[in-house]
Amino acid sequence: MFSTLLATNVPPAAVEPCVQLRQLNHWYGSGSNRRQVLQGVDLSINPGEVVLLTGPSGCGKTTLLTLVGALRQVMDGSVRVFGVELQGSTRGQRQQLRRSIGMIFQGHNLLRCLSAEQNVQMGADLLPDLGYRARRDLARQWLRAVGLEDHLGKLPHDLSGGQKQRVAIARALAAEPRLLLADEPTAALDSRTGREVVDLLKGLARNQNCAVLMVTHDPRILDIADRVVRMEDGQLMDRGQGERLWGAGRLPDTGREAAEG
Amino acid sequence: MSGFWQRRRIPLAWLLLTRQPGRLAVALAGIAFAGILMFMQLGFRDGLFDASVTVHKLFDADLVLMSPRTMSSIGMAGFPRRRLVQAMADPAVVGTTPVHWNLMLWRNPETRRTRSILTIGFEPGDPLFTDPSLAAKAHVLNQQGRVLFDELSRPEFGPIASWFRQGRTVETEVAGKRVRVAGLVALGPSFGADGNMLTSRETFLRLMPNTSPGSIELGLIRLQNGSDPRLVAERLRQTLPDDVAIYTKQGFEEFEKNYWRSSTAIGFIFTLGAAMGFIVGCVIVYQILYSDVSDHLPEYATLMAMGYRLINLLGVVAREGLLLAVLGYLPAWFAGQGLYALVRSGTKLPVYMNTERSLLVFVLILAMCMGSAAMAMRKLGDADPAEIF
Repeated sequence: MFSTLLATNVPPAAVEPCVQLRQLNHWYGSGSNRRQVLQGVDLSINPGEVVLLTGPSGCGKTTLLTLVGALRQVMDGSVRVFGVELQGSTRGQRQQLRRSIGMIFQGHNLLRCLSAEQNVQMGADLLPDLGYRARRDLARQWLRAVGLEDHLGKLPHDLSGGQKQRVAIARALAAEPRLLLADEPTAALDSRTGREVVDLLKGLARNQNCAVLMVTHDPRILDIADRVVRMEDGQLMDRGQGERLWGAGRLPDTGREAAEG
Repeated sequence: MSGFWQRRRIPLAWLLLTRQPGRLAVALAGIAFAGILMFMQLGFRDGLFDASVTVHKLFDADLVLMSPRTMSSIGMAGFPRRRLVQAMADPAVVGTTPVHWNLMLWRNPETRRTRSILTIGFEPGDPLFTDPSLAAKAHVLNQQGRVLFDELSRPEFGPIASWFRQGRTVETEVAGKRVRVAGLVALGPSFGADGNMLTSRETFLRLMPNTSPGSIELGLIRLQNGSDPRLVAERLRQTLPDDVAIYTKQGFEEFEKNYWRSSTAIGFIFTLGAAMGFIVGCVIVYQILYSDVSDHLPEYATLMAMGYRLINLLGVVAREGLLLAVLGYLPAWFAGQGLYALVRSGTKLPVYMNTERSLLVFVLILAMCMGSAAMAMRKLGDADPAEIF
């Protein structure tokens, strides 16, 4: 289904990491109300790499995503994305950086007043030097890629949860991101569609050298990961422990059976 | 054209408004209501001021001479009649008409009560009004003691027009002297006078014996076709003595309107009414836009997370304001037209939709919507892209 958009076969380049976290600390509140969310997090993600991030609720996964996504100010430590240091960055710098980052939210966050096609085009509209028709065609192309070519004109309230999620994915991909951040992208999808979507994301990572950092608890998509990172109490667990757990075919935090690759 | 397609974006503001037709209808009703209120208040104000120059507009003149001591049509001072003769020396002047103008007491022949009536005295052979039908009627004024009564005068003057049409001889007292109605004209009441009558200069001087025959209240000057009244007025100002003021016809009307503007509360009252409409509209539009921004805050935050700049989103709200202004103005304008027609037929007040007022109300509605949009934009500061994960 996604072959048309993944026709190119660019080998992953093992160059400088596109995401580098060094001794990243983050907290909410102050004084006695201060709550440490991230503690000394070190993480690097290379272009084209698919990294799954897992861990119990409240362990800091989402905060990590928002910091990598340049959605909040870095408090302590270093976050470099595409070589841009976000510690001490300005609002304008973060906003500019976000144009290179695709985000897929658990709650879709589609614009209710826009059709599926228009929602995706909002992503394509961020691309410079593309005319209106080219952007519209790109939006249609991505919707076709996620299997929604028959739903171009439908408003979000006429789509099922899974269809909305696919529109959100198409919207993120239409902006041709170099880094994709996804928060439980398959949570609302059936197994077949979920598989298609993660295959699409993996294909994107491989063929367009786009790094993917995905928060997930879905055991069916383990096989797409180049690396699985487990987080607990604001810290990344020892990589070896995580790999052993995944290698045993069980999700480290839930004990659920992992899907067969 | 290719540049347009290159830059064209999804009309987000339009879609945000139109995909919620109920809310849009409420917003447009509110803006249209405010617009109608402003149209009516400004229309009444201008209509009342226009009514003060009902007779002024009818004069067949390019320039008008008045005494500098004249404050308004209800207190005309005299000036030497020979100034008109002197004005004739200017090569652009082709004709003049001396006019006597004063308020006199008219006795209602039915109730015997008296009421002030504007009396205009002129030589029946001279052109006075632009309406050519008057010239045909003016000859009856050659007979002393005859008057032409304004049939549009208020009914307090008596059933003059109906009696005259019935063929009855209508005689009454003006300034304590007997006059006979020899015909009817249609001029219309004004601020200063509830009724009007025309008479010959001779009859006028008989009714007002204290008036000096060499003194007149108005001097009408007609110019050659193609002459610039402003230039001729300027020339006459330099040649005529200071005991006479020279106005273009438009300046003559403005002079009268200015008196009523500055000496009555009419301007203040109706401008205040229009301001109330403006404020009501501001509140309505602000409420609509504020709740619209609040409802779509997660979506705006999503757009910011995608890389859209705050200025892009401010632009969306601004365009919503602009669209509301245009869409709300149109029904207000059409309703205003209908209501003006209703007012004209009901009150005889000369209330018409003109370009100036149409533009003024549009600018006010635009300011109302854009100001409200600017205030609603502050809510966009609450859109935090970090909160949407």
